[in-house]
Amino acid sequence: MNIGLEHYLIVGAILFSLGLFAVVTRKNAILVLMGLELILNSANINFIAFAKYGGMNIEGHVAAIFVIILAAAEAAVALAIVLNIYRNFKHVNVDEVAKLKD
Amino acid sequence: MDLLNLVFYLFAIITVVSAIIVVTHRNIMYAAFALLFTLFGVAGLYAMLNADFIAVAQIMIYIGGILVLLIFGVMLTSNITGVDLKTGSMSKLQRWIMTVISLLIAIGLAIMYSTTDWVRKDIPEVNSTVDTIGNLLLTDYLIAFEVASVLLLIAIIGAALIARHKTR
Repeated sequence: MNIGLEHYLIVGAILFSLGLFAVVTRKNAILVLMGLELILNSANINFIAFAKYGGMNIEGHVAAIFVIILAAAEAAVALAIVLNIYRNFKHVNVDEVAKLKD
Repeated sequence: MDLLNLVFYLFAIITVVSAIIVVTHRNIMYAAFALLFTLFGVAGLYAMLNADFIAVAQIMIYIGGILVLLIFGVMLTSNITGVDLKTGSMSKLQRWIMTVISLLIAIGLAIMYSTTDWVRKDIPEVNSTVDTIGNLLLTDYLIAFEVASVLLLIAIIGAALIARHKTR
């Protein structure tokens, strides 16, 4: 059986559900961010698989580039926020950080 | 068994197994290094999908940028003395419920993907996607491209502003 569109989509689906699992069950903010990266990667796999099997349509690649740009911007800002949380609370457990201000 | 199929299964297994380590390992550092292999496997999948530029961009931006940033975050937010490097998780019941939900999502999506009758087009031979991507970015997607560059500038300034020490 040759590798087709479905194989890539199923890898993307597995990555998406693993990322969702990490986002919901992990307490550490950094690990939540890692789960987010997994979800964005699964979206990118879908974009590029559809780009190839839709007759090598390069517009899917452009969408993937914008997803990568957004992931980079999101990681930078989120890491800065996590560092601030650590400075104020001395931990980064997301379920204990329920206050915006003392 | 075709060689190309073997390479696909190699990359898919690397991706999925190290993603499972990312979401289940208790040590954050191990999770971060497993994320490296996940991103590398995804880059391999992109290369198999004839997306050479995206594969290189994935390695350079994700592994060279975002992963290093995440490892910096791990280093800066864990106590050397404390047990903070080990990450906690939810209670057992919540974990099991979430495991079932994400398994259901994965299986449901897999069934949906494999039963859908996708439109099949024949794939033309392409040598390199780079010049097509460049042309598209500077013609059809020019406004989105410029907005993305402004967004990156704002993200850099905002991150530096949020993360720096308040001096008063």
